[in-house]
Amino acid sequence: MYTQALNTAETDDRGLEDAAKAAQFQARIDAEERIEPNDWMPAAYRKTLTRQISQHAHSEIVGMLPEGNWITRAPTLRRKAALLAKVQDECGHGLYLYAAAETLGTSREELVDAMLAGKAKYSSIFNYPTLTWADIGTIGWLVDGAAIMNQIPLCRCSYGPYARAMIRVCKEESFHQRQGYEIMLTLCRGSDEQKAMAQDALNRWWWPVLMMFGPPDATSQHSDTSTKWKIKRFSNDELRQKFIDATVPQAQYLGLTIPDPGMTQDAEGHWRYSEIDWTEFKQVLAGNGPCNRDRMAARRKAHDDGAWVREAAASYAAKRTQRQTAQAAE
Amino acid sequence: MATPNTPLWEVFIRSRNGLAHKHVGSLHASDATMALQAARDIYTRRGEGLSIWVVPSTAITASDPAEKGMMFEPAESKIYRHPTFYEVPEEVGHM
Repeated sequence: MYTQALNTAETDDRGLEDAAKAAQFQARIDAEERIEPNDWMPAAYRKTLTRQISQHAHSEIVGMLPEGNWITRAPTLRRKAALLAKVQDECGHGLYLYAAAETLGTSREELVDAMLAGKAKYSSIFNYPTLTWADIGTIGWLVDGAAIMNQIPLCRCSYGPYARAMIRVCKEESFHQRQGYEIMLTLCRGSDEQKAMAQDALNRWWWPVLMMFGPPDATSQHSDTSTKWKIKRFSNDELRQKFIDATVPQAQYLGLTIPDPGMTQDAEGHWRYSEIDWTEFKQVLAGNGPCNRDRMAARRKAHDDGAWVREAAASYAAKRTQRQTAQAAE
Repeated sequence: MATPNTPLWEVFIRSRNGLAHKHVGSLHASDATMALQAARDIYTRRGEGLSIWVVPSTAITASDPAEKGMMFEPAESKIYRHPTFYEVPEEVGHM
């Protein structure tokens, strides 16, 4: 999902640590206890979560870019206010998540620097362009819909600060999906051109959205430990299937066609989908998606442009502290 | 000679597994260790908590409740931040 790049093998250094502590830790996880920042935890648990939560945070921040692209061109004031509010929420979600990641001992500055240096990933989905207004509807409906599917089980993640951040995020996310679906519904009830625009956006976003859930279970190297630690409660394929089953009727209601001619419904009611092009996914993660360079350039520019603000705030605070210390000494 | 003041501390308790610490009240203590012990004795006599935080009251910066109108005005008028603002037909189901 927002942490797809997590799917790389983690070096297991638990052997170096106290086996008794590790066993006790696992017993706590198994008993559904939440792990809190000051608790003992295996180094690999800390490392995995720092990476997952910070990648999730980076995704929220980079996720503002494709939608921000349309704020000035939203078709009505109502749509513009809603989109602006949504983009503000994404920023807020990024900040909750950075705060949760920091409880594991890495500062936000370090996490952001790693992202700007290209050492930390963000979700592949934000490397696709938003070409028309219908893309904004599709992002709310599908990208946020997929994110909700992934984030609801994370509300029960074993790490307390992450779980609590997810509860807050999920509460706010519902508006995002509904505003997206409302845009789609309006377009689909509009002129032929508007409906065609909605269909075109669905055609372009469908497969990248399915890739958001990460590689298929058979090839996902990291899931076992994450499942054992109850960071992950459902596998990539399970979540993908749940998402598809929920989405197909929504598309049917809009009168749109899912761009997968091979799709069929099985006896249990699940929609069986065609093979996903994982080469494209790997290419996008490797930096070769349509907008990777744009996104990184925009983030670096924003960071550099903000440097004087951070410097000014810090030097003002330092001046005030100095003055207070001087007054106290008098 | 007047009795010197003892510092004030704010007490936060995690009542249950997985919940955030919540403010429960304050107390006086000379240092952090004593504040933590006093918090246990004053606020958790009936097993109210799993974990306690104590924070010097002077470390808290608060908004002025008398100015709450101006403080929270930006959120008041933005009904479009709520899911119910958007029309999703019942047939589509929960979203």
